Amino acid sequence: MVALGAAVLLAAALVYTSFSASSEAKEPSQLIGAAPGTSYDMTGKVVPGSVRHHGQELDFQVADREGGGPILPVTYTGTVPDPFRGGREIVLTGEVEHGTFVGERDTLVTKCPSKFTTNDS
Amino acid sequence: MTASLGSAVLALAFLALVFAAVAALLGRNGERRWVDVSRRTVYAACGLLTVCVVLIEVAFAGDNFSFKIVQQHSSIETPEFYKLAAMWSSQEGSLLLWAWVLSIASSLALYVTRDKLREIVPYATAVLAGVASFFTGLMLFAGGVNPFARTPGPVPADGIGLNPLLQHPSMMIHPPMLYSGYVAFTIPFAFAIGALVTRRLDADWIRATRRFALVAWAFLGFGLLLGARWSYTELGWGGYWAWDPVENAALMPWLIGTAFLHSIMVQEKRGMLKVWNACLVVATFSLALLGTFLVRSGVLQSIHAFGESTVGPYILGLIAVVLVGSTALIVSRLDGLRSPKRIDSLASRESVFVVNNLLLVALCATIFWGTFFPLISELFTGTKSSLAAPWFDHYTTPLAILLVLFTGIGPLLAWRRVSWASARRVFFVPAIAAALAACGLLALSDAGSKPWAFALFVFATFALVGLVQEFWRGASARRALAGGSRSAALVAVVSRNRRRYGGYIVHIGIAVLLIGIAASSSFQTKRDVSLRPGQSAVVDGRTVTYVRPTARVDKLAFTAGAVLRVAAGSETFTLHPTRRFYRPTGQPASGIFDYFAGESDSEIGLRTGAGSDFWTAEQPDISGLQRHARSADAGFKACVAGVPGTPPQCKAVGALMRAALANPSLRSPALAKIEALQLQTARQIAAGYVSEATPATFRVIVNPLVTWMWIGGLIALAGALIGLWPARRGRRALTADTELEALKEAKYREIRDAELDHAAGKLSDEDFALLDAELRSEAVEILDRANGNGSHRDEPAVAAEVGSGD
Repeated sequence: MVALGAAVLLAAALVYTSFSASSEAKEPSQLIGAAPGTSYDMTGKVVPGSVRHHGQELDFQVADREGGGPILPVTYTGTVPDPFRGGREIVLTGEVEHGTFVGERDTLVTKCPSKFTTNDS
Repeated sequence: MTASLGSAVLALAFLALVFAAVAALLGRNGERRWVDVSRRTVYAACGLLTVCVVLIEVAFAGDNFSFKIVQQHSSIETPEFYKLAAMWSSQEGSLLLWAWVLSIASSLALYVTRDKLREIVPYATAVLAGVASFFTGLMLFAGGVNPFARTPGPVPADGIGLNPLLQHPSMMIHPPMLYSGYVAFTIPFAFAIGALVTRRLDADWIRATRRFALVAWAFLGFGLLLGARWSYTELGWGGYWAWDPVENAALMPWLIGTAFLHSIMVQEKRGMLKVWNACLVVATFSLALLGTFLVRSGVLQSIHAFGESTVGPYILGLIAVVLVGSTALIVSRLDGLRSPKRIDSLASRESVFVVNNLLLVALCATIFWGTFFPLISELFTGTKSSLAAPWFDHYTTPLAILLVLFTGIGPLLAWRRVSWASARRVFFVPAIAAALAACGLLALSDAGSKPWAFALFVFATFALVGLVQEFWRGASARRALAGGSRSAALVAVVSRNRRRYGGYIVHIGIAVLLIGIAASSSFQTKRDVSLRPGQSAVVDGRTVTYVRPTARVDKLAFTAGAVLRVAAGSETFTLHPTRRFYRPTGQPASGIFDYFAGESDSEIGLRTGAGSDFWTAEQPDISGLQRHARSADAGFKACVAGVPGTPPQCKAVGALMRAALANPSLRSPALAKIEALQLQTARQIAAGYVSEATPATFRVIVNPLVTWMWIGGLIALAGALIGLWPARRGRRALTADTELEALKEAKYREIRDAELDHAAGKLSDEDFALLDAELRSEAVEILDRANGNGSHRDEPAVAAEVGSGD
């Protein structure tokens, strides 16, 4: 009985907190024209050849994962994970300012190179 | 040629496995011939799959780029060591690895049980051969995942190469470890299904497969540890765990497997928790399949981003079949699974095991919810939202703290019941030690500022002291019995009770590992500092000086690094973090800028210490390098084009190129010349980088006690090995002819266990007298059954045999 009660409590807590703590990931096409001052998790694919280093600042462009759609310019400062490069999928937290996505420091996450794809690349 | 041979061998292995499953089912009513045939066919399939693996490895070693798998995942330049490991970095190769390891494990399990469990084995064989044929069939029929597929078109001269990030020693062994872990859990699952179908629901199937479950657990655990190590030393972010779906996928079966390994002891010893155990083994196997599925499905966004593939839906189908089939089977056998016994007392080892099981399952359920939350939220709200590490930490931290407490409490309690007096005796020293540790931590450190970490340290102290006390008391009891030195007594008592003390060593390892995790995650200092050569920064009381930049170029990569001098008190040491920029492989080099268009990875500068790790990674500013590379490339182009006003050396190159265009036989020497010139120019750029004193960003992390995490993991692994190693008595149990023999051996061991507990002071005289009488009467019952009703054996016979194991 105690175990059952604890399980119900835990389940309720999980459900409650997960919906409030989760953050929603948006793709560039959903962020074009987003209101400034709101923080988003942006997810997308780095446009190959768009990466430029300006001192400590990194400028690049991001497109939707599926390709096509609008391209969002991004500026970011901070740690760049090893696998970062054109063509990789990234997740970055930040805000949209004047049409440019300004990433928060050290929030850039790059997905590891895909290992198990079957399509020829 | 070898490719078609390989495909044929693979198809043969598939047919053999299907045949083995059918033959096993034909032998279900005791036709030994069919059972023998099915077992031997599994051996044969194992041989065939071994041939497949060898063929693939030979193709990798010999740079046979007519194999698509080799062309896509290796290259001439890939180091030999990693050519052999490249197989499992591919989808098809990893499936082959799954099937191959499963065929080895199945052959072993069927060999060990060839004369035992006659009713269960046919069904277990059918399940094992069925699962193996599924994975073999997947490679043949799912499309696009046949490891023997050929490269379309003419055979290329070179392959794409293995991603440099994967070229790390851990990556060589991490995937096979994980797979072996996943795969070995198939064995207890298959025997559980056999036991359920045949209604042989006692602990026979558990005794026959316990070792495989433990092996699976150890492999999976070691695989997780290696993955964490790789992340810590290779990925340049300084962490070892990120609650990423792929990591969680491997952790979940490990957690449920841990619960299973504990609760089967309750079934073995008391005949209880049968339904629970059946559910746990089904859950463990399903989670192992789920892990295999998750990394291949693309369903969840993971930083591992394995991408979608054709095999996902099939594996999902298998999981559904396993879940539905097993649930139906368990429900239909509920009558036989109910145990007449009840747990005698809350203060007993079995009740602690139940608590530990609930905690582990809760932990797994939490992780499961968090991992699949993106799908759940999409279902309810229409948007995919994900949960970050803080959410996971929030729930897993308290559960882990409770678990570490119970790793200490469990071993202190005896089976069945413990009186208050005995409990007080065994809990006294660990409780005092924990109280002292609490005071010491509060007085001497700032551990009090992090209540969760503080609680974990205190509970872990309790557990560690309790476990050490167990060894001490065991050795003392042995010494009182047999004399000799204390260390000799310790070795004797451990080697005579490997299962018990091996388990305790695992507990010590886990407690140490959790201390490492708690300390390094709660008291870590992490800073990113931007420095020019000659400048210093102070991180956590240590002065870091960027002494000078370094740069090195070879044909494959441009390496920019730094020499850092760290002064920590009286100690000074030098670290050399670097970042390597690789040219893209598998395509002809087009210029110097190539170096900055491919992968890059960090080589961290790490100073390991018992107190703390000093971890550094460099992020050089490469904008200058890129600018120089671009202009050098433009210069080369101008050269080749013969633009007037270029230097004389350049004119020679241009002439050479034009000659090569006219005469193809001159092409390769001309290209070699150009490449040599490019390399030379790249070296000049590198020298320029060193002299220009460009600033660089460094991530500096001071990680307290993190070394103990790795040490704890290795201690736990050693404990598992000790628990696995057959003792002399265990060997007798392994070779026991009948289940009844095995049952008898198990009961005798229980009696000896109780005697040891009594001698070590864990059981009071009164408790022991009661328990011993119970156990002995149970043993007499087994002897009666063994001898039929005719000759009635009695207690003296039990006494004689219990003692005869020495």
